[in-house]
Amino acid sequence: MTVPRALPAEARAVVRGDRRALAQLITRIESRDPSVAPILRALHPRTGHATVVGLTGPLGVGKSSLVNVLLAHLRSLGKTVAVVAVDPSSPFTGGSVLGDRIRLERDPGDAGVFIRSMASRGRAGGVATATREVVRLLDAAHYDVVLVETVGSGQVDIEIRDVASTSVVVLVPHLGDEVQTLKAGLFEIADVFCVNKSDLPGADAAAKDLSELAGLGAARDGWRPVVVSASARDKTGVTELWTAIEAHEAFLDAEPGRRAEADRRRIANELVELVRDRVAREAAERLQADPSHGKLLDEVAERRLDPRTAADRIYERTHGSSSRTRRR
Amino acid sequence: MAEPRAPTPIRVLIAKPGLDGHDRGAKVVARALRDAGMEVIYAGLRQTPEEIVESAIEEDVDLIGLSCLSGAHMALFPRVLKLLKTRKVRDVPVFAGGIIPDDDAKRLRRIGIKAVFGPGTTLEEIVRTARGIARHRT
Ligand code: B12
Ligand SMILES: Nc1nc2c(ncn2[C@@H]2O[C@H](COP(=O)(O)OP(=O)(O)OP(=O)(O)O)[C@@H](O)[C@H]2O)c(=O)[nH]1
Ligand SMILES: [Mg+2]
Repeated sequence: MTVPRALPAEARAVVRGDRRALAQLITRIESRDPSVAPILRALHPRTGHATVVGLTGPLGVGKSSLVNVLLAHLRSLGKTVAVVAVDPSSPFTGGSVLGDRIRLERDPGDAGVFIRSMASRGRAGGVATATREVVRLLDAAHYDVVLVETVGSGQVDIEIRDVASTSVVVLVPHLGDEVQTLKAGLFEIADVFCVNKSDLPGADAAAKDLSELAGLGAARDGWRPVVVSASARDKTGVTELWTAIEAHEAFLDAEPGRRAEADRRRIANELVELVRDRVAREAAERLQADPSHGKLLDEVAERRLDPRTAADRIYERTHGSSSRTRRR
Repeated sequence: MAEPRAPTPIRVLIAKPGLDGHDRGAKVVARALRDAGMEVIYAGLRQTPEEIVESAIEEDVDLIGLSCLSGAHMALFPRVLKLLKTRKVRDVPVFAGGIIPDDDAKRLRRIGIKAVFGPGTTLEEIVRTARGIARHRT
């Protein structure tokens, strides 16, 4: 593969398939290192080729186990696969145990696979901000399929749709009540429902329930969620799951502009988030540097000023003047 | 308000090479490091040295922790060190624990394992050591 000289060295390394360089760039994205910006900029035109599939669902339903069997299936189809597994960070210590790798069996010599665990690091947007950039990096590194696993159960997880072009919601038999309470959120997320652990009793009923619910709702943008049953343990239903994912991808391509429209919606969200991130970060930095900030806090604490008025002042002091004074 | 720009947490891979099924110690250590604010990638049981090194590379960890209670440490730990060298991973330290006789521990330290801990080691000591030896990002 020819790699143009114009790319920054790290970008060139990623395109060339240097796994360490890729891993280190992911770390820099995760830590919001501003020096990655030129690298991401240079790589952006090389993205947009990977199929990005999100797998989400309640704790322990078998998301990682499904990723494991999907991974093997996709490799047997000759596709290269990257996996991004996101787990929550402790809000108290910032630490986390990222355990999704336990379920992933792979040949360590197979360069067609790349697996990365990510902690959510208390990001307001959860998976979205850093994950999107990591996914694009993996896309630029030529992985055909990127599988993104996130823990979630409903509303909070709608953002997987901000990352993936096809979202799979994984459930298990006997989640009856949970499904009821999650229903609204889940149906907004899911392009595909996967009832995993179908080796356990009750799987057929669960799949039937879901199919009925899926049939009742209005089709979202013309797509009705597909329900598949699988058992990651017995390795059944995997082909069906991938077929359902491909069907949704095909649906996106079936009509001109449909995929582009979905992309644009994601991009719009991303841009708002990026701007909000920057404004918030700058405001926080300036506040910390501003000696009158402490005084303002005192005034509110002593009830001489109300929080809204204080916030207005801060806003004017920071954001209002930022375009003129910020030059670094 | 924006999230504070916290320093990047130390990333640690905890793995059990070989066929040893004693995973209590590895889990206890993983949790202690997490509670100390680190991101612990727990790779679990029955990892080959090749898998451990590949995981360390993909996860870009700052430290690798190996646990072995089966007696196979002298076969497995040096192999991990050797593979790290072959893959040109020179800046990621390795520490270890389990049932490891003193003489073996000495030899392992001589070939490059930064620290070796046996039963009864306090978690404070393990956390302190991890902080001390982990690769520091610049
Ligand atoms: C509990 C236990 C079991 C449990 C394991 C449960 C589990 N899931 O872990 C069960 C009952 C399953 C079991 C089975 C066996 N066991 Co057993 N087991 C023990 C026992 C009593 C305690 C181990 C333990 O959990 N300790 C608590 C944890 C917290 O301590 P730890 O692992 O030592 O970890 C500490 C340090 O070592 C260190 N550390 C450990 N790992 C790491 C990693 C890093 C990175 C760091 C920094 C530190 C660190 O920090 C920890 C905190 O201080 C030990 C005896 C002993 N006193 O150690 C025997 C022992 C380990 N078992 C032994 C044997 C022989 C077996 C069996 C082969 C017995 C048999 N014939 O069936 C099987 C093999 C199982 C298998 N598949 O591998 C022998 C091993 C002998 C040897 N190495 O030469 C021991 C030493 C008993 C003995 N004296 O003979 N065992
Ligand atoms: N019976 C049965 N058990 C399964 C199946 N798939 C996964 N499991 C088990 O379910 C448990 C959780 O599996 P994981 O794959 O870790 O689930 P997960 O959804 O990734 O879990 P988190 O990431 O912790 O939310 C494990 O004990 C698996 O062995 C299945 O198809 N059948
Ligand atoms: Mg998982």
